[in-house]
Amino acid sequence: MRIKKHPILEFDREKKLRFYINGKELYGYEGETISAALFANGVTTFSRSLKYNHPRGFFCGIGKCSSCLMTVNGVPNTRTCITPLKEGVEVKTQDAYADLPGTKHKRHKKKVINTDLLVIGGGPAGLSAALEAAKHGVNVLLVDENPFLGGQLIKQTHKFFGSREEKAGTRGVEIAQQLRKEVEKQENIRVFLKSTVFGYYECEQNHCFGMVKRREDYTEEIYELHCKSVIFACGAMENMLTFPGNDLPGVYGAGGVQTLMNVYGVKPGRRVLMVGSGNVGLIVSYQLLQADVDVAYIVEGLPTIGGYHVHAAKVRRCGVPILTSHTIVEAYGDERVEGARIAKVGKNWSIIPGTEMDVKCDTICLAVGLTPSIRLLSQTGAEIRFIREAGGHVALHNKNMETTVPGVYVAGDGSGIEEASTAMLEGKIAGFSAAYKIKNKAFDSKPLKLYHEELERLRDGPFGVKGRKAKEKIAVQWSDKR
Amino acid sequence: MKEYEKTGVLSIEDLRLPSEEQLKKGVAVIECVQNIPCNPCVDACPVKAISMRNINDIPVIDYDKCTGCGNCVAVCPGLAIFLVKTKDDTVFISIPYEFLPIPNVGDRVEMLDRRGEKKGKAEVVRVRRAGKTTIVTIKTEKRFAMVVRNIRVKDA
Repeated sequence: MRIKKHPILEFDREKKLRFYINGKELYGYEGETISAALFANGVTTFSRSLKYNHPRGFFCGIGKCSSCLMTVNGVPNTRTCITPLKEGVEVKTQDAYADLPGTKHKRHKKKVINTDLLVIGGGPAGLSAALEAAKHGVNVLLVDENPFLGGQLIKQTHKFFGSREEKAGTRGVEIAQQLRKEVEKQENIRVFLKSTVFGYYECEQNHCFGMVKRREDYTEEIYELHCKSVIFACGAMENMLTFPGNDLPGVYGAGGVQTLMNVYGVKPGRRVLMVGSGNVGLIVSYQLLQADVDVAYIVEGLPTIGGYHVHAAKVRRCGVPILTSHTIVEAYGDERVEGARIAKVGKNWSIIPGTEMDVKCDTICLAVGLTPSIRLLSQTGAEIRFIREAGGHVALHNKNMETTVPGVYVAGDGSGIEEASTAMLEGKIAGFSAAYKIKNKAFDSKPLKLYHEELERLRDGPFGVKGRKAKEKIAVQWSDKR
Repeated sequence: MKEYEKTGVLSIEDLRLPSEEQLKKGVAVIECVQNIPCNPCVDACPVKAISMRNINDIPVIDYDKCTGCGNCVAVCPGLAIFLVKTKDDTVFISIPYEFLPIPNVGDRVEMLDRRGEKKGKAEVVRVRRAGKTTIVTIKTEKRFAMVVRNIRVKDA
């Protein structure tokens, strides 16, 4: 199931690694995660459910959900989708209840790090924020859970929209490389990868966080972080959809499939049903075709296609039908997805009897929106509100991305779902504002105005309406508070 | 509601087409009909034939100015620009192509329309790499000028 040749990407498979699943020997490659290596070997069941012993597989592929938890070298509840494969690793499915770790995993000695600015999340928003602040002389600590920086940019093989300032015409994966190189050049940015900021603690004068760093041998180190300001650029997670069979291995988030395919060069299956025709659904469908995977249909519950027409046109002229006013009724299969039933929806989202259709497929991709990741952020006490257009609960913030807690900033999808171009600009604004405060306004604030203008331009068209509305509502609620 | 919003397939009525004379010269046909925030085609044009008042505008091309150079075809993130040039009864269509295998000059490939339906075979007359996108020019009957928008190499 590995992709051998790809029109856009090259996959580095130099070093072969041996590993074990429940004692059975398998092979993967250096640079792959445990999940990707399992997929490449045709292993799609990662655990079984508590009560009914149902097979369970992976879902989000980016460390945000808990579907891929397995026991790795004796450490239970390891997120195998973001854990790199190592020689001789023993992976075990943890059915029902996992054994809790023994005393050898407790009693860590903590290390303490002091920094001006902590940036949590190394995607387009976090990278832009870190760079912007570092350019103004601020010391930055940049933390990300994944083995590499770039967030979701690293799997975007299509050329970006927007204008030259946001690197339009450049593929997301190349933008990630550019930003990564710029970060490496900045001496005042310290990067922690494979590290999770897990909690906010009260302390005087500054902000304090706990962080765990995963070592090469899967053990962990604990850190106590102190910072003057913090930027949350934690992104978002894929939404689930409710239908019978949605827990079967083979039902994956579109982003998870994209990660498997474009980062690790592993095909999710042979034939896919895509649910959702927003830009994510359309783009991932096109990328599946590029990886030589069939796309049976794209179904869309609404009467019109959600994403850009140009993305729809690309998959249509390859012969993939887009069925608007259609939804998935159920997924079926024993150990994994063997097919799905789809049907036409009428008013009030009811299924029109007699329109049901069987679709043979081994993979169902859900591209039905994203929810901002705010769980850590909410620990700071920043005021959180439900804003429908933002994709869920978000922190109230002002124009400069500062929340109701002074020194706590947000940027990117974590502050309301939009896309990478706006995330990069929000990151720049948050990074600039944080630096401006830390350095006591010691430099010209003119760039900030330009970033705001550019952001406004991007949100100006009909496809920017959701983001624009979300930010307007946030602004209104922010001023009501004052 | 426009039909393409439901199906993803444009009809000729949705487009502003070049004249016979302009087609003979060879021009870029821009199949970008929505207000999306994107403008690399404007920057890429060496003769300033493509204009947009702001980034969310639909690109407007001046077919008289357009030289058919193809810079915009290579840069368009939506792969929505095609070069069309007619000569007597034949047409040369240049298509942005991001699949494998990449065809060679002289190969016979399957032509597909905007629905992905087969329209017969055509000869590849030019293959140009523009980064990871390949621009493939096919030669076919003139009646396919505004019909064929994709190729399939594998089945050919």
